[in-house]
Amino acid sequence: MRFYEFEAKTLLGMSGVPVSKGGTALTADDAARIAGEVGGDVVLKSQVLSGGRMKAGGIKFASAAEEARTAAEQILALEIGGQRPRCVLVESKQPVKKEYYAGVIYDALAKLPVAIFSDLGGIDIEQVAETHPGHVARVHFSTFSPFPEFKMKELVASLGISGGELNALTRIMSQLAQAFLRYGLTLAEINPLAQLDDGSIIALDSHLDMEEEARDGQAALLARLGIGREETRLARPPTPFEIRGAEVDASDHRGVAGRVVEFDGTLGCVIGAGGGSLTIFDAIRKFGGDPANYCEIGGNPSVKKAAELTKLILSKPGVGKICVIMNVVSNTRVDIVARGVVKGVIEAGYDPAEKIAIFRIPGSWEDEGFKILEKYGVEYCDRSVPMSEAARRAVEKMRKAKGEPEVVA
Amino acid sequence: MAASGSGMFIRCEVDEPAASDAAIAKQLASVCPVDIYADDSGRVRIVDSNLDECILCGLCLEVGPAGAVRVLKLYDGGRLLERPAAAGA
Amino acid sequence: MSILIDERTTFIIQGITGREAVSMTRECLDYGSKLVGGVTPGRGGRGVHGVPVYDTVKEITSQQRVDGSVLTVPPAFVRDAAFEAIENGIKLLVIVTERIPRGEVAQVCEHARMHGARLIGPNCLGLISPGKSKMGGIGGAAVKRAYTPGHIGVMSRSGGMTTEISNTLTAAGFGQSTAVSIGGDAIIGSTYAELMPLFEADPETEAIVIYSEPGGPMEAQLAEYVRATKSRLPVVAFMAGKFMDAMPGMRFGHAGTIVEGRADTAAEKIARMQDAGISVAEAIQDIPEIVRSRLNGKGA
Ligand code: SF4
Repeated sequence: MRFYEFEAKTLLGMSGVPVSKGGTALTADDAARIAGEVGGDVVLKSQVLSGGRMKAGGIKFASAAEEARTAAEQILALEIGGQRPRCVLVESKQPVKKEYYAGVIYDALAKLPVAIFSDLGGIDIEQVAETHPGHVARVHFSTFSPFPEFKMKELVASLGISGGELNALTRIMSQLAQAFLRYGLTLAEINPLAQLDDGSIIALDSHLDMEEEARDGQAALLARLGIGREETRLARPPTPFEIRGAEVDASDHRGVAGRVVEFDGTLGCVIGAGGGSLTIFDAIRKFGGDPANYCEIGGNPSVKKAAELTKLILSKPGVGKICVIMNVVSNTRVDIVARGVVKGVIEAGYDPAEKIAIFRIPGSWEDEGFKILEKYGVEYCDRSVPMSEAARRAVEKMRKAKGEPEVVA
Repeated sequence: MAASGSGMFIRCEVDEPAASDAAIAKQLASVCPVDIYADDSGRVRIVDSNLDECILCGLCLEVGPAGAVRVLKLYDGGRLLERPAAAGA
Repeated sequence: MSILIDERTTFIIQGITGREAVSMTRECLDYGSKLVGGVTPGRGGRGVHGVPVYDTVKEITSQQRVDGSVLTVPPAFVRDAAFEAIENGIKLLVIVTERIPRGEVAQVCEHARMHGARLIGPNCLGLISPGKSKMGGIGGAAVKRAYTPGHIGVMSRSGGMTTEISNTLTAAGFGQSTAVSIGGDAIIGSTYAELMPLFEADPETEAIVIYSEPGGPMEAQLAEYVRATKSRLPVVAFMAGKFMDAMPGMRFGHAGTIVEGRADTAAEKIARMQDAGISVAEAIQDIPEIVRSRLNGKGA
């Protein structure tokens, strides 16, 4: 989950990192008012969850309230990367002398957080690392307190920085790293971190990410920032179909039958589990199929939950058939899933033999499951048929149903 | 009156006098992991909406006199679930 | 032989009275694993399928040797349960629980490292040395159909696919020395490359099969390991989630699969692994044939 810049700055402010004076506006009038309060030159920034705002025209400068109003109007009307701005951030414009980069992420191989510092701020850090590796310094630090502030000092000093600047940057790096740990972040970047004409140091822009897993533990922070559960903050906002998928999953604590992602095809997918879904989805695409959705079932969901998921997928306009495919299951029961999908299809008013292109879930309780499929005339297969072969058969059936010629993959 | 109910896949039946035995009603309600039996003031009531959730564990068959409680697999010609959970992986 | 566990390995289950843990207990006992006890605070004195339940790990470790622990407690309790196992001298932790915040996983890893303990998972199904022992829910009740003793080491970021791949190998006549569900999270206790030296040292293991996904640097690390050590073991990989390359930032599958940078797409990983001499299978069912030809020395 990505934070908007204004949220990130609130969080940084709470952690002691200096940020510019300003506020957020939903209307051009508000923006003009804030610009007046801040006084002097201001910068107006579109609040979208994507990079490249400057290039897209989402960042503008103004020297008076009237100018700010015009700029805000333009920014609020501008879509960037398919996103409407949440609001516009109005801040006093800073006299920048030098720009740094400060970041913290997890290093999955060291299994430790790593603090990254560069004296070439304002540009993409991956790019700096490639072109000017000598200007990027890194240090791992422990996840246990007390926090080793000296490591941040060594990090900054390793790029030849000393004097008052060293102490100020050490303090900010430490504050950022501790906020990273305290708030369950997976990415914390200040870029640029600017040194102003008067020597003070301030965060001009920031990108913070929190992972799904941390949300429960950070409920107080999220409430304070006004971020609700329904805001998934993925690369794109959830579609109504996906929201209903999440509701199905939440309706019953038994197992998983959700994590639905909408696509625009015609073959409905009731697939699982984590790795199995990825494998099946690749196979469907490889054989030229057009999936209507991605989803994951696993952890032995109830019959009701599997039925509701099936109904949801069948309710999507254009879905002709569904395929039900999983890897060999050990915990999830074949008979329970079979009951769920057959029930879902019947409750949606269709014939399982016709709507279910193929059922390939081998594993625990498969004998009972296969009896159910037998009774309803559904084509099924056991573990001797590979997952990708089941996907191929499903795609082929769809093609025949649509009257398209057979394709040899 | 005996208690019974059918879902799409599962049917449960409890004969008299077991169905109106307060002790049996209480036991059935506590033993079924998916709440197919309810204790309706000392009588067994079948919760129809849960029938298809039956996991064929056979625990209910151990309650009351042999054969008084029956679970039928409607997808398998009405075959009776046997006492020790027989089906499986 | 095998790695990590064999018929002598003793272990406990922390969270043994939970719904899934009860079936796991049954399965491990049925498989012949030496499951010597369980822990659920407040439930000490009970039994689960004859396995005694205690309130603390110490009550068990003070009485007998305990080599490992399977942790299947809710996410909020994992860190403390792991610390408890580690500080009571347990050297192999298998964390089944998913949805643990990354920062807490890092803390458990750090703690384990300080005490010389190895961690498998989190978000995994455990591991199995076929015919000897299984630790965790891996393979379920029908475990013997999918896993047979043999010479292939299996490592997989997906629990279900560990079984799917092993089943495919078994059907083609290839048994497994040890199959490890290494976990689907962004940070896991043991990566492919970290387990490679163990397989390397196991005279019975002749080849490695891995299941991999987009996201994270673990496949690149394995490629580097294979290149740098000139490993004696041929490695065959299957890469799932190729479709995700076109959708950066979207979350599919495991927590660890989210594509965050240029280097962690499926295409990039396949290229790196192939460069290092790892064979990449197009489909699961192609794996046995590739393993066969690699064992016959026909190259990648
Ligand atoms: S067999 Fe088990 S799940 Fe089914 S009705 Fe009886 S007790 Fe309930």
